[in-house]
Amino acid sequence: MSLINTPPKTAGFVPRDRNWQPDALTPAYKTSIKRSPQSALLSFPTTLSEETSPVFGHGLLGALDNDLILNYAKSGESAIGPRIIVHGRVLDEMGRGVPGALVEFWQANAGGRYRHKKESYLAPLDPNFGGCGRTITGEDGSYEFRTIQPGPYPWPNGMNDWRPAHIHFSIFGHGFAQRLITQMYFEGDPHIPLCPIIGILKSQEAIDALIAPLDMHRTVPMDSRAFKFDIVLRGQRQTYFENRKEGM
Amino acid sequence: MVQKLDYLRESPSQTAGPYVHIGCMPNFTGIDIYGGDLGTSMKTGPVQGAEIAITGIVYDGTGTPLRDAMVEIWQPDAAGLFPSANETRGHPDPNFVGWGRSPGDMTTGEFRFETVKPGAVPWPDGRMQAPHITAWIVARGINIGLHTRIYFEDEEDANAADPILTRIEHQNRIPTLLARKTNGGEYRFDIHLQGPHETIFFDI
Repeated sequence: MSLINTPPKTAGFVPRDRNWQPDALTPAYKTSIKRSPQSALLSFPTTLSEETSPVFGHGLLGALDNDLILNYAKSGESAIGPRIIVHGRVLDEMGRGVPGALVEFWQANAGGRYRHKKESYLAPLDPNFGGCGRTITGEDGSYEFRTIQPGPYPWPNGMNDWRPAHIHFSIFGHGFAQRLITQMYFEGDPHIPLCPIIGILKSQEAIDALIAPLDMHRTVPMDSRAFKFDIVLRGQRQTYFENRKEGM
Repeated sequence: MVQKLDYLRESPSQTAGPYVHIGCMPNFTGIDIYGGDLGTSMKTGPVQGAEIAITGIVYDGTGTPLRDAMVEIWQPDAAGLFPSANETRGHPDPNFVGWGRSPGDMTTGEFRFETVKPGAVPWPDGRMQAPHITAWIVARGINIGLHTRIYFEDEEDANAADPILTRIEHQNRIPTLLARKTNGGEYRFDIHLQGPHETIFFDI
């Protein structure tokens, strides 16, 4: 067990760019005001604790986990709404595909209603739509799932704020340091420039990074439209020079 | 003009929103799917080392418990080995998952992890770090997930030599990182997003 005292062999992750990522305190998104730390974050390079992560095997997936049209529907029925395919790749900042990443997604139904007991929007539930799915990326970092396009919905922030149609994503890559939750928006949605939650982003480039374009190449004729959404996780440094220890 | 660095930018973070449990712990919300939620059990059989439980609540800046948060933890086994594909230092406890996810109690917001006391792992220069658990908190109103660490109040000697704990300027804030032993293997670790007891959060 003496090996335990040897330094880690994994390479560190590139620091998170805090000038690019949103701040914690963004007053136009009111809930952030009392939920944002006020002290400076304590910065330090990643260690083994952040450079490792659990393994999610493809074996944990059920056949319908990435099909929100069917995974909560009664036999012979399906969810109501515009049928879409969402596909893309999980990459790191060096552009490498991230295989084996756990991708979880959740969303409102076509009327903009979530299946949650704290949800009070008057739009009806769809009895055949649960609103969640998951998948694991392939060898090249690719993923896809089928769902219905969610509807926009009002939310209590300003007196008349509406969320653009969106799908929430949770991504688990190869290190706990890469852990990320974000949202995907749809090309052309007029609510995008009005949304206070999108408004926390610091540049148009950052907003654009979360907008999925219509992808006619992946559309299934007479069946489903397709949208492409790539996700980028923090990059892991190469080990060759900088992490080489003396005497190795 | 110089050449371009062909790096991509990390996807911008967005809040997990009020319904993160639908996506990450759907069975907790009553959506019966997947045969159960991920991260609810950190053990798949008898484990090595001291079994402990950590409970706590995430509080906002007014002292109100969050009931729409999700807390994830990640840690090595009792010998300090991670159950990770890139663990190269030895074979971790096969019955220990190392990763846990809690939605908090629906009414009180209290989270609870039943796990093992983690072993120590090295700092990049080879010094040993004090035993700790890495934690990540997301919720409505949190624009980018918050990382912190759970150290143990009863590891005084290891804490006193820890490369991070000894470097913190405001030593009076260190108790915000210490799980307090309450009874037997029970530890308490509350998380304060803001205010006089604000937890130290990490940029890692």
